[in-house]
Amino acid sequence: MPKTLFEKIWDSHVVHQESGQPAILYIDCHLVHEVTSPQAFDGLRLNGRRVRRPDLTVATMDHNVPTWSRALPITDPIAKQQIETLERNCQEFGIRLYGLDSPEQGIVHVIGPELGFTQPGMTIVCGDSHTSTHGAFGALAFGIGTSEVEHVLASQCLLQAKPKTFRITFNGKLPRGVTAKDIILRIIGEIGTDGATGYVIEYAGEAIRNLSMEERMTVCNMSIEAGARAGMIAPDEKTFAYLAGRQFAPQGEAWEKAVAYWKTLPTEEGATFDRELTLDANTLAPQVTWGTSPGMVTDITSNVPDPEAMPTENDRKATRRALEYMGLTPGTPLQEVKIDRVFIGSCTNSRIEDLRAAAKIAKGKKVAAHVNAMVVPGSQPIKKLAEQEGLDVIFREAGFDWRESGCSMCLAMNPDVLQPGERCASTSNRNFEGRQGAGGRTHLVSPEMAAAAAIAGHFVDVREWDNA
Amino acid sequence: MKPFTVHTGLVASLDRVNVDTDQIIPKQFLKRIERTGFGEALFFDWRFNADGSPNPDFELNQSRFQGASVLLARDNFGCGSSREHAPWALNDYGFISVIAPSFADIFYNNCFKNGMLPIKLSAEQVEELFQRTKTNEGYRITIDLEQEVITDNAGLRLEFKIDPFRRECLLKGLDDIGLTLQHTDKISAYEAQRVAFR
Repeated sequence: MPKTLFEKIWDSHVVHQESGQPAILYIDCHLVHEVTSPQAFDGLRLNGRRVRRPDLTVATMDHNVPTWSRALPITDPIAKQQIETLERNCQEFGIRLYGLDSPEQGIVHVIGPELGFTQPGMTIVCGDSHTSTHGAFGALAFGIGTSEVEHVLASQCLLQAKPKTFRITFNGKLPRGVTAKDIILRIIGEIGTDGATGYVIEYAGEAIRNLSMEERMTVCNMSIEAGARAGMIAPDEKTFAYLAGRQFAPQGEAWEKAVAYWKTLPTEEGATFDRELTLDANTLAPQVTWGTSPGMVTDITSNVPDPEAMPTENDRKATRRALEYMGLTPGTPLQEVKIDRVFIGSCTNSRIEDLRAAAKIAKGKKVAAHVNAMVVPGSQPIKKLAEQEGLDVIFREAGFDWRESGCSMCLAMNPDVLQPGERCASTSNRNFEGRQGAGGRTHLVSPEMAAAAAIAGHFVDVREWDNA
Repeated sequence: MKPFTVHTGLVASLDRVNVDTDQIIPKQFLKRIERTGFGEALFFDWRFNADGSPNPDFELNQSRFQGASVLLARDNFGCGSSREHAPWALNDYGFISVIAPSFADIFYNNCFKNGMLPIKLSAEQVEELFQRTKTNEGYRITIDLEQEVITDNAGLRLEFKIDPFRRECLLKGLDDIGLTLQHTDKISAYEAQRVAFR
């Protein structure tokens, strides 16, 4: 029977399965960060267990690291303790760590692909819901809780029930100024934040095939915002070209073998999915979220919606509550909504292509006087490359802050935080209440849209800009 | 892990859809390196005013819900981040079970790892529980995991289903790392033939 990409990876990783029980699934790559791992390492110590495969485990620190100069001390004693705890744990259990002083440090979902740890056909987990990012390479990658982090550390396996499959086909070509971020926001708007719960999504179709690897990562990254266990895209020549020569990618003869294997992975003709959805890229517009859930999203040309027009009482209640929190009035054109802050960064949109796209918009312009804007590269290598290309100069001259790498104001665990009531155009992935700081108001957009909003001081339709 | 068999407790209701893990436990509390002590920060931004006083408008601050051990919620409870701090905070606060029409995947999974029982019921059944909670101060239910049934002292009887393996683990308080490690020989055999190019 023809198999899907997901089924091929799943089947080749089942170590053991008894009927009526979850599978014992082997994990090829385990990524670790400072926030969700301390209790897992403690659990190992408590039970006298070791890390089964330190060689398949990689750690970095990203969530609570300051993005100001690395030369400055970490002033938050609890954050400092968490960072030092990861250092100690990695040393004790023999795990490779990209620490604060590493030239390769960065957001866990950025450095995995960048260093070549992420490869097609793999199972990849991390104590972080945006692990779905790595699915862009045709890997089965998903987020886990801390108990499961401990499980993988101890056994290199997880107990998993087999999820269902969901193919989302995006036909057509993306118009100018419309991005991968708009694709995934549109999908979440269409199916809702629990629309894919229990499923692994495979993204397919012309618009997906045409995306670069970095753009594919943006799409897969926010699969979790649609409730999916994972999101994935079949590996192709772009995938292989991205990986070729990366530090931990196979080399020489192993590379040839690997590529031959990776080519066998894509979903076969005639394979069936539990669910299918088809959307059209040709008519897609830049997306902006207006509420406190990523599913509360609409076209930049639209107005703030009217709660009373929502179909169910729960929706009406949620919309009323969201608009009250966001300080928005129904019927207001989104392009009239003024912003105070701009954040360009996060595991969704902090890669070099994101920075180039934002810099192209910002070049030769000035951030609006009332706006405070920052750019946070996803990793040290991205920061370095951007500086070689002069992007930092473009940003700085336009009035953006240029920072060190980390998760930063995506979740505001570090000192980069919105003040109550501040409104932010953000390239991150979650617009939950308080996500970027208690009382902060987040609107999710693409890097192009964020840069344009920084300059205009309010949301704008970037398609109307000549340099989009 | 402490087994979960039969539990009778006070029900508290939280009438909001898409309650995310950033609300359940805001990020500023994720820096702790222990599993305990998160209850104080549960629903922090909703529970407390800016000056630290309890917010009287937040449901769980009502005196009638003090001491509740069952949380009644709406669709897609626990969406967002994978942080296990969310079930830790609920548990530390006193909740041992959450009932909702649907849960986010990772949160649902994380509950079982901590001896907590998330129960999915139909929207109508959840609505029925909301009504009973609203109209009966001190409303309590009994959750029988062995029988997979929820009852109250006014004739309610709601059946629910839990995956048999998860049910068994909860009933016996089994540590699933221990279960997997019983198969170490199979893991070694898998590793010996595993395709790895690195």
